Amino acid sequence: MLGGLQTIVARDLRLSMRRRGDVLNHLVFFVIVVTLFPLGVGAEPNLLRAMAPGIVWVAALLAAMLSLQRMFASDYADGSLEQMLISAHPLGVIVVGKFIAHWLVSGLPVTLLAPLVGVQFDLSQQALAVLTVSLLVGTPVLSLIGGVGAALTLGVRGGGVLLALLVLPLFVPVLIFGAGGVSEAQAGMSAAPHLSLLGAFLAMSCVVAPWATCAALRIAYD
Amino acid sequence: MMEVRDLACERGDVRLFSGLEFSLGEGGLLLVQGPNGSGKTSLLRLVAGLSRPAAGTVRWRGEEIAGLREAYARELLFVGHANAVKDEFSADENLAISLELCGRRATAAARAGALDRIGLATRASLPARYLSQGQKRRVALARLCLAADFPLWILDEPFAALDGGALATVVALVDAHLERGGAVILTSHQEVSIAARTRFSIALEG
Amino acid sequence: MATEGYRLDSETSGSWLLKLAAPQAFFPVAGRMIPWFAVLAVLFALPGLYLSFFVAPTDFQQGEAYRVIFLHVPAAWMSMFLYLVMAFWAALGLILNTRLSGMMASAVAPTGAMFTFLALWSGALWGKPTWGTWWVWDARLTSELILLFLYFGFIALTNAIDDPRRADRAGAVLAIVGVVNIPIIYFSVKWWNTLHQGASVSLTRAPSMATTMLVGMLLMSLAAWMYSIAVALWRVRSIILERERDAQWVRELRGVQ
Repeated sequence: MLGGLQTIVARDLRLSMRRRGDVLNHLVFFVIVVTLFPLGVGAEPNLLRAMAPGIVWVAALLAAMLSLQRMFASDYADGSLEQMLISAHPLGVIVVGKFIAHWLVSGLPVTLLAPLVGVQFDLSQQALAVLTVSLLVGTPVLSLIGGVGAALTLGVRGGGVLLALLVLPLFVPVLIFGAGGVSEAQAGMSAAPHLSLLGAFLAMSCVVAPWATCAALRIAYD
Repeated sequence: MMEVRDLACERGDVRLFSGLEFSLGEGGLLLVQGPNGSGKTSLLRLVAGLSRPAAGTVRWRGEEIAGLREAYARELLFVGHANAVKDEFSADENLAISLELCGRRATAAARAGALDRIGLATRASLPARYLSQGQKRRVALARLCLAADFPLWILDEPFAALDGGALATVVALVDAHLERGGAVILTSHQEVSIAARTRFSIALEG
Repeated sequence: MATEGYRLDSETSGSWLLKLAAPQAFFPVAGRMIPWFAVLAVLFALPGLYLSFFVAPTDFQQGEAYRVIFLHVPAAWMSMFLYLVMAFWAALGLILNTRLSGMMASAVAPTGAMFTFLALWSGALWGKPTWGTWWVWDARLTSELILLFLYFGFIALTNAIDDPRRADRAGAVLAIVGVVNIPIIYFSVKWWNTLHQGASVSLTRAPSMATTMLVGMLLMSLAAWMYSIAVALWRVRSIILERERDAQWVRELRGVQ
């Protein structure tokens, strides 16, 4: 089982390295969106500091939207996904491998970029730390639930926008717990409840998302 | 080894075929023929376990394939209509990955041998985007050279878009597999002379 | 043409319920049921409206405008309930592989979305005269808004997929994921609302309920439920006609040979 996981993660990572442009583009998008907000609401430091957690988190959600199509679309188009469906490895393992590979090239870089971006908003050390941790715990959820949406909309017209429509409402708890935790940290209070709720949501997604994604993939080929 | 009973297939609202039955044993070749759109590819996908039939059962070694999942997949080599070749990977990398997905590993030497046999020796390390359609098809078929331990081969149009040399190679590979006691199900527009212990064909109407 | 709804062993044809699972059998039965539910809806609505608008006492602080709560609360309840109903039918279709179940889910979805929209709109109607704004970020209204997006997602996905079987099954997976998420979403929105103390107004802190008011709301809810059933049955009939249009019985029905 672990062998199958390794195969898929290695394969997808290698593919991403060869398509470096895609990966970098969505990171640049993340930074651009974050920068748009001060341009839109004015550079008043207190206002920006209060809005920062929400802005960074919304930007992370939108950037995830852009990268989610990548999870299955190319494999669907050239027939690789077909081979995965009748692979000697369980489909669940393959799907989890895809989640991991996706997070490693989208969620993780966003998490690492967040402290830099947070500095633009003059966030305190404490808040920056909580922001990074919340993204670390929350971005895998984006890959997980987003993966379900990507599998459901395979080959469907209106794909990208439809995917966003399906999946963004389901991200609301991540946004609330993630951004909320940072706000608490800014107010000097403990972000532990938010982060634990985020962790619980991650745990739940780890159970639901692989099942739903496998079901959706089989449905796409039925 | 394989038993199909009362198989029916629906695409959208159209019933492509129903009541299909056959048995395939060791060394058996099943040739599926019919005009375009008659359900040849659908039939192959049904017996490969990619889709569920509207009615009927597909059994492998006595058990329904729906229940077998990976146990069946380990014994099956499926080359579909699509090549499953990634443009970013070289022919050699594509071959390695497709074998790993089937749960097998092959040494670099073995892979090189396979690619050489199928006529891609000089192109083995080029990214597949620089290969022609026919060459990409050959990458997909290169697996056959290393697939001796798959009891069942299901091949969708393996001879299409191949030139004389590659065509002869693939025919030889199928022949050798049948000799070994493997079973092959394939579709083809072309007339192919393949010797087989038991050979029969199914002709689907449009 | 295939008219069976079940792929289970149809030799055990004991249960009339199983027979009803075929679209062809269900079509006339649904047609007969619609008038009954429509009448029930009216029978519940009349006393409900009477209680809401004439009997229930005028609120001390909010005046007459608060009466919109008799629309708002039943609409909100129905919007939630119908999502569960939709998810139930969709899941049933996925597990048992029946076509009619998927059609029922698709029939229920637009009504659920309508009630969600009604809940939002009535919330706005309440907010404006009472607190001067058309929208407040109160926990319930925000959750209703997200629920509306979930309905839109289901409808959009099932509409975007051409193959009806795939559309039903994909919708079912989405609805199940939605059902699992909805309690979490509600909880998180409530949490969010209590944190950001900006909104001191809340539509959930309704004026203390007199019994007549509760009865009124209950009657309106029952009316909404009967109405939903009637509309869903009506809609599923047109879905059946659309999907089975190549079947012999539909052609005969339409007088086309």
